[in-house]
Amino acid sequence: MSAASPASPWRGPLTLIAKRVGMAFVTLVLVSAVIFTISGLLPGDAAQEVLGQGATPEQIAALRHEMGLDRPALLRYLEWLKGIASGDPGDSLVANMPVADIISERLPNTLVLAGLTTLFAVPIAFLIGIWSAVTRGRSADRALNLMTLAMVALPEFLVATIAVLVFSVKLLWLPSITIVPQDPTLGEFLRAYAMPVLVLGVGVIAQLGRMIRAAIIAELDRPYVEMARLKGVSPRRLIFRHVLPNAVGPIVNAMALSLSYLFGGAIIVETIFSYPGLASLMVNAVTSRDMPLLQACAMLFCATYLLLVLIADTVAILANPRLRQG
Amino acid sequence: MNVTSILRAVRRLPISGKVGLVLVLFWIAIAAIGPFIAPYPPGSFANEEVFAGSSGQFWLGSDFLGRDVLSRLLSGARFTVGLSAVAVTIAVCIGTGFALMAAVGPRWVDELLSRAMDTLISIPSKIFALVLVAAFGSSLVLLTLIIAITYVPGNFRIARSLAVGLVRLDYVEVARARGEGRLHLALVEVLPNMIKPLFADIGLRFVFIVLLLSGLSFLGLGLQPPDADLGSLVRENTSGLAEGALAIIAPAVAIASLTVGVNLLIDAATQGKAR
Repeated sequence: MSAASPASPWRGPLTLIAKRVGMAFVTLVLVSAVIFTISGLLPGDAAQEVLGQGATPEQIAALRHEMGLDRPALLRYLEWLKGIASGDPGDSLVANMPVADIISERLPNTLVLAGLTTLFAVPIAFLIGIWSAVTRGRSADRALNLMTLAMVALPEFLVATIAVLVFSVKLLWLPSITIVPQDPTLGEFLRAYAMPVLVLGVGVIAQLGRMIRAAIIAELDRPYVEMARLKGVSPRRLIFRHVLPNAVGPIVNAMALSLSYLFGGAIIVETIFSYPGLASLMVNAVTSRDMPLLQACAMLFCATYLLLVLIADTVAILANPRLRQG
Repeated sequence: MNVTSILRAVRRLPISGKVGLVLVLFWIAIAAIGPFIAPYPPGSFANEEVFAGSSGQFWLGSDFLGRDVLSRLLSGARFTVGLSAVAVTIAVCIGTGFALMAAVGPRWVDELLSRAMDTLISIPSKIFALVLVAAFGSSLVLLTLIIAITYVPGNFRIARSLAVGLVRLDYVEVARARGEGRLHLALVEVLPNMIKPLFADIGLRFVFIVLLLSGLSFLGLGLQPPDADLGSLVRENTSGLAEGALAIIAPAVAIASLTVGVNLLIDAATQGKAR
């Protein structure tokens, strides 16, 4: 894209996007400060944690010095930030391994789970959102509304329990824990992922479906829709050619939000199905109070969330022709 | 708001709203009297059989140690409902308090609070809660505070936009010109007019809080034994999942009926207003 030339119609949107990127970056730095501060507020610090109850004050002081915990907080924060930014957030206190190694082993698993859930949930959410928007106020819409309303409020472990009961215990179709074999065939792969994806998808479908419905209905009330109807545009063309392109902004925003909800759900789902992903790793880090690992996981989730929101903002800006006049 | 006008509002609710209201009232009642009507003490090993099914003596069967599930559920509900109610109250007091400060205070206060809350809101709530639990542990008081703090930014955002909209209205300008102080503006002029729309947000946040609390307890990071909320009951009995034990389904369904009930009630109540 030759965006730099002043006459380009893309100049307006590009400055906006550059601003958004800058803001996201500032937010990320602020978030890192929050996470570092909170996890540094431990009553006893990491040295105490490593040595346990029986340690003498001298031993603790020595280890604190060795770990660099006796230096000023600001200095430690900057070093930590440098480590995180360069991809080396230090060593895990529990596993005695570099945090980066542990994470890089788990991260692909969570990405696969999140990716599959997105592929499964987004089309269904669109279907539900569009269907209930066009039947607004009628019985189909009311039924879908009640269904999604209940689905958003279900705890993941209830959906998981029911799924295990139905598919593993009664029907004996699917395994109740997720073990992906080495070099799986497509069938094995789908069987392993069917339940976690289904459970994780329920919340995403409900939330995204509701937001898509709201976005479309907001457009349906606009005068241009009335105009198109009077012109005799078919309902299908009205939704797909007129309404959806105009609702892109709110819809991509809704997608970013519900994908971030997916991370929260993954914490429960990965634990239930003993799936070795990043979210269950983070839970383990909390249980063992492995702060370097926990901080790195938290930063990774926050950065991904900010990135998703940034992408959504960018798409919304690019999709808005009014900003393209230059 | 007298009794007849409340009754009339209830009668006008659609069926889904009535179902929601009944569920909500049911769980409030259980939270209040549950432990007194429990057939057994929640900690007693009443049944020799573990993961027993439903029977006349043990309506909801027995758990992984042979304790009565119904009794444990009745006392667990008190923790889930009570703790969530306290947490949502704290969250809304802080969030809405800050929102009022931002709306009537000097510009820099608004800037500062909004920046801070924007930062916190970009940390997904479950992740934020996990970091807080790791740092502070999860004693009863700390857990309540952690869950409350996690949902302050969301409430702040809604309450601020409501309050800022109201502050711009003429009647607040008039009050300001009259020489009323900021505290008066916030509490007497702005707050009363925010209450109704805020209720929907409070209900929604209560649902989030119940889910977060049960989720944390389910992960073993929430309420610590011997205290047990509904999420802890699910966790305790996960070993019964493979046999489809009632001990794991009952508390999970209990949580769902509470959260779905609140959701149905809010939806019906807010839709009625729009019509």
